[in-house]
Amino acid sequence: MIAIVNTGGSNLSSVSNAIDRLDCPWIITQDPDIILKAEKVLLPGVGAARASMDKIIKAELSEMLPRLTQPTLGICLGMQLLFEGSDEGQTACLGMIPGRVTAIPRNEGLTLPHMGWNRLSFKSDSALLKNVEEGSFVYFVHSFQGPINQYTKAATHYGVEIPALVEKDNFFGAQFHPEKSAAIGQTMLRNFIAL
Amino acid sequence: MLSKRIVPCLDVRDGQVVKGVKFKNHVILGEILDLAQRYRDQGADELVFYDITASAEKRTVSTKWIEDTAQVIDIPFCVAGGIRSVDDARRVLHAGADKVSINSPAIERPDLINELAKEFGSQCVVIGVDSALQDDDYYIWKYTGSESTAQSAGKKTMDWLVEVQERGAGEIVLNCMGADGTKVGYDLKQLRIARDFCQVPLIASGGAGSLEDFKNAFIDAKVDAALAAGVFHRGEITVPDLKRYLKSQGLEVRL
Repeated sequence: MIAIVNTGGSNLSSVSNAIDRLDCPWIITQDPDIILKAEKVLLPGVGAARASMDKIIKAELSEMLPRLTQPTLGICLGMQLLFEGSDEGQTACLGMIPGRVTAIPRNEGLTLPHMGWNRLSFKSDSALLKNVEEGSFVYFVHSFQGPINQYTKAATHYGVEIPALVEKDNFFGAQFHPEKSAAIGQTMLRNFIAL
Repeated sequence: MLSKRIVPCLDVRDGQVVKGVKFKNHVILGEILDLAQRYRDQGADELVFYDITASAEKRTVSTKWIEDTAQVIDIPFCVAGGIRSVDDARRVLHAGADKVSINSPAIERPDLINELAKEFGSQCVVIGVDSALQDDDYYIWKYTGSESTAQSAGKKTMDWLVEVQERGAGEIVLNCMGADGTKVGYDLKQLRIARDFCQVPLIASGGAGSLEDFKNAFIDAKVDAALAAGVFHRGEITVPDLKRYLKSQGLEVRL
């Protein structure tokens, strides 16, 4: 069973549909007991960091989520929440991965949000990249980015280098949307389920 | 590098995909799920569904077909048509759409753009703009879903593009009405002007007939994505052929 943490974002059904297509059982929940007992945890998120953190705090999950020991995958904003803090609304985040989320620099000729299909360049091995070729396209929609550091497993380029896949211990984060990245995204979600 | 997006557009009327010429004489092309799945398999980067009668008939899109589509489609898709409140948008997004596109209701009540951006984030909020040349300048139109309701909104297109971005639009689809359905190519002149006014992604719409038309929109007008309907639905251009061609012209595409 995968617990999909209900952070109030609007992509919950996209994520649950993707898990359905892989024939894996799931539940959308805010219940700490269910989340703690789940084999895996997904932290989706669309919207603003501050609003999502407020919802997580209100649901009394902000202390518990960083202590999870099962494989946990944050998607898009859910990945950004894994860092220590975000400039989007100047909020503290969950802090599983060191570093702070900042705005993507506005460069001449580059539109924001960073919206569309962009390539993955690999930094180091990750179980989630099994059967994924370097240079594969995945779907991004975001205006903020995490820091590049030792936990960056794959990056993408949009004016600057942006972490696309991060991993530290049992915590994984995808800045792109695997649930919307066609066959490549499905492969990565299958890899996550197989952990 | 971010790839250029190819976006088949499915005009939906009474649960089926239709296509007209210059917004008139719609003919049924097929079932929503069949066409959506086909385009996903062909490598379309995104899909747009326009419920072309919803705005004119003052009703909101049904969400059943959105749920069905979301279950099978693993690429982003946007739904447009009759969304005139935060609650309307929430129903569509929760049914599984990734974005909502607002056209006539945004013209009627521009604050809706701010409300949607605040509630769901700008990345969900696409503004569809129907624009036509009128006395040496471009003006926006509303209720273009049917000929009997279409009317000029009396506002200059470029002013409107600036306003919707200030209000939180995350993407703009510029449908150049003079070119729509004609297959003579995108309105490059208008798109080039619009490009200078858009800091958010700009999607060209209306007029695609040949492979070169897509290339011109990407290279000459520097749009982020190109939307087309008839040429794809009728099989005159396939997404894989188009993408191979664009790649041969030096453009970054997802193959």
